Amino acid sequence: MAIRTQPVTVNLGPQHPSTHGVFRMRVMFDGEEIVDVEPVFGYLHRGSEKLAEERTYTQIVTLTDRMDYVSSMLNNQAYILAVEKLAGIEPSPRGVWLRMIASELQRIASHLVATGFLLQDLGALGTPLIYAMRERENILDMFEMLCGARITNSYLRPGGVFMDAPSEFWPALDRGLNDIVNTIDELETYLSGNEIVFSRTKGTAVLPKELLINASITGPMLRASGVDWDLRHRAPYDYYDRISFERKLHTASDNYARYWVRVQEARESVKIIRQCIEQIEPGEVRPSFDDVPRLIRPPVGDAYAAIEGSKGELGFYLVSDGGIAPYRMHVRASSLINLTLLRDMLIGGQFGDLFVTFGSVDLNMGEVDR
Amino acid sequence: MGQAFLDNSLWRNIYCVLAGDSSSCASRGYSDGFLPGGLEWLAFLLAALAIIGLVVNGILGGVIVLIWGERRLFGRFQSRTGPNRWGPFGTLTSVADAVKTMFKEDVVPADADRILFNLAPILIATPALLVFSVIPFGVGTYVADLNVGVLFIMAITSLTTLAVLTAAWSSGNRIAILSALRSVALLISYEIPMALAVVGVIMLAGSMSLGDIIAAQGVPFILVQPLGFFVFFIAAMAEMARAPFDLTEAESELAAGYLNDYASMKFGLFFLAEFMAEISTSAIITTLFLSGWRGFDPIPSHFWFGAKLIAVLFVIIWFRMTLPRLRVDQVLKFAWKGLFELTMINIIVTAILIAIWPQPTTSQLWAMAAINWPVAIISIYLVSKLLGTAPYDQPLPDPNVPSYPVGSESIPASSVLGAESSSAQAPSPEGGD
Amino acid sequence: MTTVWSGNALAEAIEAFAPGSVESSAGTDVWLKPESISTVCEGLKTRSEFKFDLLSSLTAVDYIDHFEVVYHLTSLPMNASAVLKSRVGHGRTEASIASVVPIWRGADYQEREVWDLMGIRFDGHPNHKRIMLWEGYPGHPLRKDYVTYDQSIASTAPGAAGSQEGAE
Repeated sequence: MAIRTQPVTVNLGPQHPSTHGVFRMRVMFDGEEIVDVEPVFGYLHRGSEKLAEERTYTQIVTLTDRMDYVSSMLNNQAYILAVEKLAGIEPSPRGVWLRMIASELQRIASHLVATGFLLQDLGALGTPLIYAMRERENILDMFEMLCGARITNSYLRPGGVFMDAPSEFWPALDRGLNDIVNTIDELETYLSGNEIVFSRTKGTAVLPKELLINASITGPMLRASGVDWDLRHRAPYDYYDRISFERKLHTASDNYARYWVRVQEARESVKIIRQCIEQIEPGEVRPSFDDVPRLIRPPVGDAYAAIEGSKGELGFYLVSDGGIAPYRMHVRASSLINLTLLRDMLIGGQFGDLFVTFGSVDLNMGEVDR
Repeated sequence: MGQAFLDNSLWRNIYCVLAGDSSSCASRGYSDGFLPGGLEWLAFLLAALAIIGLVVNGILGGVIVLIWGERRLFGRFQSRTGPNRWGPFGTLTSVADAVKTMFKEDVVPADADRILFNLAPILIATPALLVFSVIPFGVGTYVADLNVGVLFIMAITSLTTLAVLTAAWSSGNRIAILSALRSVALLISYEIPMALAVVGVIMLAGSMSLGDIIAAQGVPFILVQPLGFFVFFIAAMAEMARAPFDLTEAESELAAGYLNDYASMKFGLFFLAEFMAEISTSAIITTLFLSGWRGFDPIPSHFWFGAKLIAVLFVIIWFRMTLPRLRVDQVLKFAWKGLFELTMINIIVTAILIAIWPQPTTSQLWAMAAINWPVAIISIYLVSKLLGTAPYDQPLPDPNVPSYPVGSESIPASSVLGAESSSAQAPSPEGGD
Repeated sequence: MTTVWSGNALAEAIEAFAPGSVESSAGTDVWLKPESISTVCEGLKTRSEFKFDLLSSLTAVDYIDHFEVVYHLTSLPMNASAVLKSRVGHGRTEASIASVVPIWRGADYQEREVWDLMGIRFDGHPNHKRIMLWEGYPGHPLRKDYVTYDQSIASTAPGAAGSQEGAE
């Protein structure tokens, strides 16, 4: 006998412990099954793009920090690349190496946070999260050595970085990289083979790769479906063409594959940083102020530069009218665009998987709403 | 008035000090009490009140210590310090929390059914306390030794779910109702393996009285009944909705589930009941499977009971700290397809063994243990194979399988912009800003 | 390395299958006529010489007398990219263009964002609603004529005192 049921609509968020910020989903349940999802954005909208129109090119670096606040170095890098492309600035080699090291460190930190919060969403009461956060803390300490700030770094400048790394940074980096490898090993021992983690993430929210590409989804989510698309490899920016690294792919395209790809990518980032340390050469960290003045006036025109961010393709589109501030700045926010398939992933699934799937997208509300 | 309760040292010590020229006290070597003769009923009443006060306050004190201990342990598991500000080693943190909880504003939602809303915290705290009435804390130290003690515990613990359902329904919150329905599903599923797991113990002891069960444990039943212990432990974790079965509270999904609308001391009562349930579950496990207060001689029985209780609590906290949560369907599948089978195997094997050795002596219990352990290990292994998740056939892309083509073709070279043109070629924005 | 289509070559190739759809081309950019955007995008996605299967970015710029919708396309099989542009809303009136959501679902949120912040209507979008701001928000903030620091917008927020019941 079929039991007659009635769907129930529940508002999850904006104040909810697992929405990774202030995000709201209007979810319709039939029992434990999800019937309909309607995402509601905008609770963290700060109008960064409008603010950028009233700031000079250097000042905007501080705005980009506050978009995806767990990978500010990567945001800096994407923005600076767009500015350099727009203004035709030739960066200093040492500055480029330093910003590559910083952004790869940031990528590890971001992937660790994503893994920790995925486990938090799975219901582990904080232990894996704190293990991941403890390692991120070391990375933030290194950022503090580099630029004096931990979260909102604003380390990069057009043409390089604003300050050379202090001498104590290099031994700390070396120690830190060993610690990171150990932590990832430790996390993988506990998580990758854990039956509960495995049974809850395997085969949930599977997305075909054609659909992922059609929905403009990039980054670890795309690579978890087996598509070998990494901008560091396919469209090398900075000095990524002098670095050799593996692109880690998984074929399952489910929540477990996304977790797995992130953990493996963090390992690869360690290798990339080691190669950067070998190849870095002494010199100036940014061009002199004669070449790149504080007030940059790029020629009239537009430029789009994208990097492989921690969440996917992170692009900045800048339009210049020849003035000291961009005429228009647009951010191609991977967190927002990766949510395009949220409904496809959730509908038909279980309530228990809702936030796991949500967490496996690895989004950051600061970037979604900007 | 029957004087059988005087076998209980807890009752005797209080009653005989109070009661006058009671013959039963005199026969047990007590001199005259404070009250004049003929007032035995008053002595009985006062003794009962004293025992109630003693047990209830003892348990509440235990909860305060447990909350502190659990938080300290959490800290250790997560490689941090844990609470360490109030009192030595943070021991007064729970006290500070309790005071804070009491002074918070008591909010009742406008849509709530006030009577049921206020009743639910009482409903949840009462059964959690009642369980302790049948648990022997040491030699002759118990409130009552019911001959159906195990049954009583089973009946009382299921009342918790009624309270959860009341709380959820009366607060008129959809998330709370989802949580309460999960709680009911959990109860129905796990009550059965839990009860069936105890059947083996009851068969061995030949009684449902907890006192008799302890007396029968010449060998702790965890050794004789490994399968029963395994199932009972997991089912008990699910019954009190602890991680990895904390579906009712599920912080990351339901925020706090049925507790969503409770504030102040009503929330405090739920919180207390949760930790009382933790202590009572550990006490039941200690009594049924770890031979309760039994130990060797120079150390008093109460200490043994406490030590075993703390050990079980530690394991429960350890589980809670390390494991992620299961999904509802997996939890139910595990109960019906896994634990139910295991209890059935356990009952059959135990029944055969009891048929061979009807009144097992200590050496026969060891023999039973020797048979039961291989059975337990093999059956748990088989069930884990049956219910476990299979690994991926192919964790990494096979180069032979055509994946999505990337970079396999290229555009004609004539279509690429010459190197002399920069990307800044757009027309000027007419007007500017 | 991703190769970038030159504007002239791309314009020529587009003209070959969709005559009369290109307005002009320069550098890496191709300006399309707004009414032909659906046809051209469909062709760019499916035809074997382009295979632009990934819409990287979709945005719009306010050039005072008109708006410009900018599409950044990427082709994974060819590892190539191209920039399409289209001028709409001349004289700031009736700014609208056909939606590309039927072609690339990735345009969904990006088109909603452009509508919300720039006020360009996308005809045929399946869920044409504001995304960042609430329904009933006065104006579109990224337009150049938008008045910033106007405190009265707070009263239009859903649930704010004085607002008629919010846009739920």
